[in-house]
Amino acid sequence: MNPESLGFIFLSAFLINNFVLAMFLGLCPFVGVSAKRDTAFNMSLATTFVMFVSSVCAYGVNSILTHFELEFLRLISYIAIIASAVQLVEMILKKFSPTLFRALGIFLPLITTNCAILGVALFQTARGYDFFQSVAFSLGAGAGFGLAIMLMAGLREKLELSKLPNITQAAALSMMLAGILSMTFMGFAGLGGTA
Amino acid sequence: MAQTNKKETPLTWDVFTTGLWKENPVFVMMLGLCPVLAVTNTVENSLGMGAATLFVLVCSNALVSALRNFIPKQVRITTYIVIIATFVTLVDYIIQAISLDLYNKLGAFIQLIVVNCLILGRAEAYASKNSFGKSVISATGMGLGFALALVMLGSVRELLGSGQLLGIRIFSENFEPWIVMILPPGGFIVLGCWLLLINYVHQRKTESLINQDAAASHCSVPQQH
Repeated sequence: MNPESLGFIFLSAFLINNFVLAMFLGLCPFVGVSAKRDTAFNMSLATTFVMFVSSVCAYGVNSILTHFELEFLRLISYIAIIASAVQLVEMILKKFSPTLFRALGIFLPLITTNCAILGVALFQTARGYDFFQSVAFSLGAGAGFGLAIMLMAGLREKLELSKLPNITQAAALSMMLAGILSMTFMGFAGLGGTA
Repeated sequence: MAQTNKKETPLTWDVFTTGLWKENPVFVMMLGLCPVLAVTNTVENSLGMGAATLFVLVCSNALVSALRNFIPKQVRITTYIVIIATFVTLVDYIIQAISLDLYNKLGAFIQLIVVNCLILGRAEAYASKNSFGKSVISATGMGLGFALALVMLGSVRELLGSGQLLGIRIFSENFEPWIVMILPPGGFIVLGCWLLLINYVHQRKTESLINQDAAASHCSVPQQH
């Protein structure tokens, strides 16, 4: 497959280089919000939306900054974009779904510090994607984040019902599970290059 | 801000050591996990990342603490982020100037220090409420604790994954490296193992303390454990 094609970029961000399990981005919500499947699903929707919006805006801002040779301001402007996108999502949710707004709680504003989102913006700049490639990349990354967090939530719901030794409390066992999940995702590496 | 000044506890050794081990940002608070797992495949990378994070943490907390009486409450998070982003940009260019090799290895993760929850968390929870000196000391402790955790993970992964430490061969030629340790799954599994070990030690300590208390206070009562 052509590594530049939109389909490949999507698939690469979604499975081969899964953002959570292969690139270690967005681990805080991955550990924090993956206790219940419903919350995990809503969280991944919100994250994907913010990723999409900030990726599109970051593309625009980057071309302006490059035009004026102000690349050193890139990081600060990306962060500002993401913070505003999160604010937008927060307002939309508060208006249309107050229950969801309360369920996500502190994790909603914390999307701002989700490294997966800044990661999307930074990687698309580093790899020089054009507009449509950036969109495909952000959607793939969002879907990959959703897949990983949903799988984890399913596993953790099962764990709740099983008997565990005391020392595996807190995050220790989640990390082991994530390791095994990550190992299975390595199997997708055969699909294509490491782009 | 007179209220916070009244409550302020005296400066003790504890301010420094809390972050180093008792409330270690990685093992206890589980903050800033992304760089912890992503760059710890060698000790060298871990040291570089630890130093960069320490620098950003100390500088940004110092500035936040110095400006804490001037930052309006409504825009404080935005202000903190801008302060942090400034220092990260600084570190980004410094590392690029010192060692391009290290810069290429760490890749985007230097810039991703901006979104390390540890730094924003400390700025919000500690530096915005405490004096300049205490914030700097606490941030140094936290930063060193973070670096310590990175090196603990990095050394295990490099030792098992390639049979060497800081580029020096430890095991003989016959050692078959566990490639999986330097790949992503190894990061999760090694961190999981460290957490299990720490939980185990902690539990043993608590149990022995309970037993001691019980033995001291109720010598005649048979123990129920």
